[in-house]
Amino acid sequence: MNESRVTMPVITKPTNTADNGTEATTLTRRLLPNKKDRRGAIIGWLFTMPALVMYAAFVILPLLLSIYYSFFRWNGIGPMTWVGLKNYLTILEVPNLLMTIVNAFKLVLFFSFIPVILGLIVASIIHRIAPGRFGSITRTILFLPQVIPLVAAGIIWGWLLALPGLVNQILESVGLETIVRAWLGDFDWALPAVGLIGIWVLLGFCTVLLLTGITKIDPALYESARIDGANWFEEFISITVPLLRYEIGVCLTVTVINALAAFDIVYVSTAGGPGNSTAVPGIQIYILAFTEQRIGLASALAVLLMILVLVVILPIQRLSREVK
Amino acid sequence: MKKNFLHLFGLLLVSGLVLIACAPQAAVEEAPAAAEEAAPAEEAPAEEAPADTTPSCGTEPVVLNAYFETGFDLPFKLAEEFTKQYPNVTWDIKQDQFANLINETPRLLSGDNPPDLIRLPTMVSFAKQGLLMNLDEYAAAFGWDEWPVPQLSQNRVGADGVRGSGSLYAMGLNYSLTGIFYNKEQAAQIGMTEPPATLAEFEDLLAKAKAAGLLPIMQWGSAKSGMGLAFPLQALMASIGDSEPINEWIFQKPGATIDTPSNLEAAQHLEEWIKNGYFPPDINAIEYTDANARFGKGEGVFIFNGDWQNAGYDTDMPGNVGFFLMPPAVEGGAPAAMSAPLTFGIAAKAKNADCAAFFLNWVASDPEARKIDVAVGGSNPGGPADATMPAVAEGSVTNETLAAGVVLGKTGSAMDFIANATSAIFAQGWTPELQKMVAGEQDAAGLLKAVQEEYLRELAE
Repeated sequence: MNESRVTMPVITKPTNTADNGTEATTLTRRLLPNKKDRRGAIIGWLFTMPALVMYAAFVILPLLLSIYYSFFRWNGIGPMTWVGLKNYLTILEVPNLLMTIVNAFKLVLFFSFIPVILGLIVASIIHRIAPGRFGSITRTILFLPQVIPLVAAGIIWGWLLALPGLVNQILESVGLETIVRAWLGDFDWALPAVGLIGIWVLLGFCTVLLLTGITKIDPALYESARIDGANWFEEFISITVPLLRYEIGVCLTVTVINALAAFDIVYVSTAGGPGNSTAVPGIQIYILAFTEQRIGLASALAVLLMILVLVVILPIQRLSREVK
Repeated sequence: MKKNFLHLFGLLLVSGLVLIACAPQAAVEEAPAAAEEAAPAEEAPAEEAPADTTPSCGTEPVVLNAYFETGFDLPFKLAEEFTKQYPNVTWDIKQDQFANLINETPRLLSGDNPPDLIRLPTMVSFAKQGLLMNLDEYAAAFGWDEWPVPQLSQNRVGADGVRGSGSLYAMGLNYSLTGIFYNKEQAAQIGMTEPPATLAEFEDLLAKAKAAGLLPIMQWGSAKSGMGLAFPLQALMASIGDSEPINEWIFQKPGATIDTPSNLEAAQHLEEWIKNGYFPPDINAIEYTDANARFGKGEGVFIFNGDWQNAGYDTDMPGNVGFFLMPPAVEGGAPAAMSAPLTFGIAAKAKNADCAAFFLNWVASDPEARKIDVAVGGSNPGGPADATMPAVAEGSVTNETLAAGVVLGKTGSAMDFIANATSAIFAQGWTPELQKMVAGEQDAAGLLKAVQEEYLRELAE
């Protein structure tokens, strides 16, 4: 199970490193207080230095700077003016900014829940009925979107979902002319259409991760369940899902972050339109920082987004760890 | 204040890891200082452009440090020709997408290697921050002041930060023009023998096109390219009302508003057009390139666009594309149009400002440069009133746009684009609100009110 820790998202890393770090040093101090081993510890730290320095320079520092900027009014060049919490209040006051956060939560349904549930079903089907070549082909096909550059995929999806696009042609050919529309230009359907692209991107990731988890479940459990007369669904609910708790946790964590911090998929498919119906915090941060040159407000929204992600992710992390 | 802040966040910063990180932070904080150092722009050129001799590139080797926009050949071709005529001048050209230039320009202008010549996406804030060179001395030296007035006014910024008058901070390589392109075959089909003289005549043609089963107007509207309905809307505004108040709003004149009775009438016309089905039903998902491609394939009798697209239309439909200016609401009134300079500026700290200014003057006055300007750029090269207009290939729509430019020059009713009023008014105001109008979720009055609110919000910053 520890293997999947490697794929843990960035946000949880500091806690892990910090925990392990303090554990390691207290242990060292308590059990082996002599000089030689302290030297060993220093050497150990030296070995981790390059990674720590990079991490500090490219993750910690920008993070702290963003928090710092969020208390100023600043255009990126001129003098900075201290405004306290005003930027945060602005976000809560301007409906368009607040709406982006609502949209981000709507995306969670498409980017997170659907891929994880579908991924579970697909993984358990592959595991049960097609473990051979067919299974690995399916896995490869589902995983392909992770390999294709998202910008290219976004353009293709734009064509597919356009009014004269393939999706509508198929709908027309089966007699569904009434629901034909410009999916990415429709106020009610643009967000679900963006969500569909998200499902396409993230389903493969979830399936592969969950499938790896399933193969580690003791086959004897399934055998005994089958002897007891359990069908696929009962096996799925009583064995697969509970024992995959940790992998599901990882899937949820990664995909929820993808949804709340979404930028690329939205930017290449709708750029937030039509009429802000798909605007997410990522898009607004980009416009505020680079088009409007309002670094302070953009930073405040970014900090708020980070806090939001943490608030959502931490319970998921806790739940998935309570297994034992 | 800063101390208080550091105190507050001291705990966070304790982490020894931040040590290295101090370097970039210092760099970031230096930037404002550098910007302030740049002398109040008015004084800068005084030293570099002595009024008694006309500035030039001299005879010594000069390398012009330039930033151009990717995908637009014109400046590259002009630079090539310039070196041919003045071999001592060579170029160090960097290029980037327009959207990236918007984000990079402040850093480029305030950086260590300020460009001698740069494509400017916007200019007021840079002029106010002292990052752009004041070109008044050059204008006097080269006689730019005597050119027809509207050419330069869009590049002037007053001491109060209002565009339209004041000191000159940029020059146009050419002056683009917008209006209505039409598919000649389809126009003939609906009985259009000559361009409409009034708005009512034009609306009559739209109704006829709709009745004939043709798409009256092709236009783009995706947020990815920005809402193209801003073109017909502004054309309607200037057709029904005066162009002057619209310019004042764009130039951020204090107290200016877009929410006026005549603009409301214009927006109501647009709303009517939308309701009548004059635009493609999927307009909110159509990107700029798709709209032009579809128009080129015969979808749409009319399209509101600018002369930068001339070459594309000539290629798609040789000899079958025409152009006219938006007709006035009242017969005999002055037609109005958006006409914007392809703006280039000189950094306040540029090393070869004289040579860059000489180049800008050469573009408008050298016959060969003007020829390139029209052939490659498709737009009016501007310059002195008596300068000759280069010949254009027969059958090209460029003939019609250039002729329209002459008409507009006489009436003096050129406008900047309402999407350029503030840096984000297009992305945060016009685009989402017009998209809502298409979906029936916004009406004419609400549109103008919402955009005006967004405008004031951005100006309050």
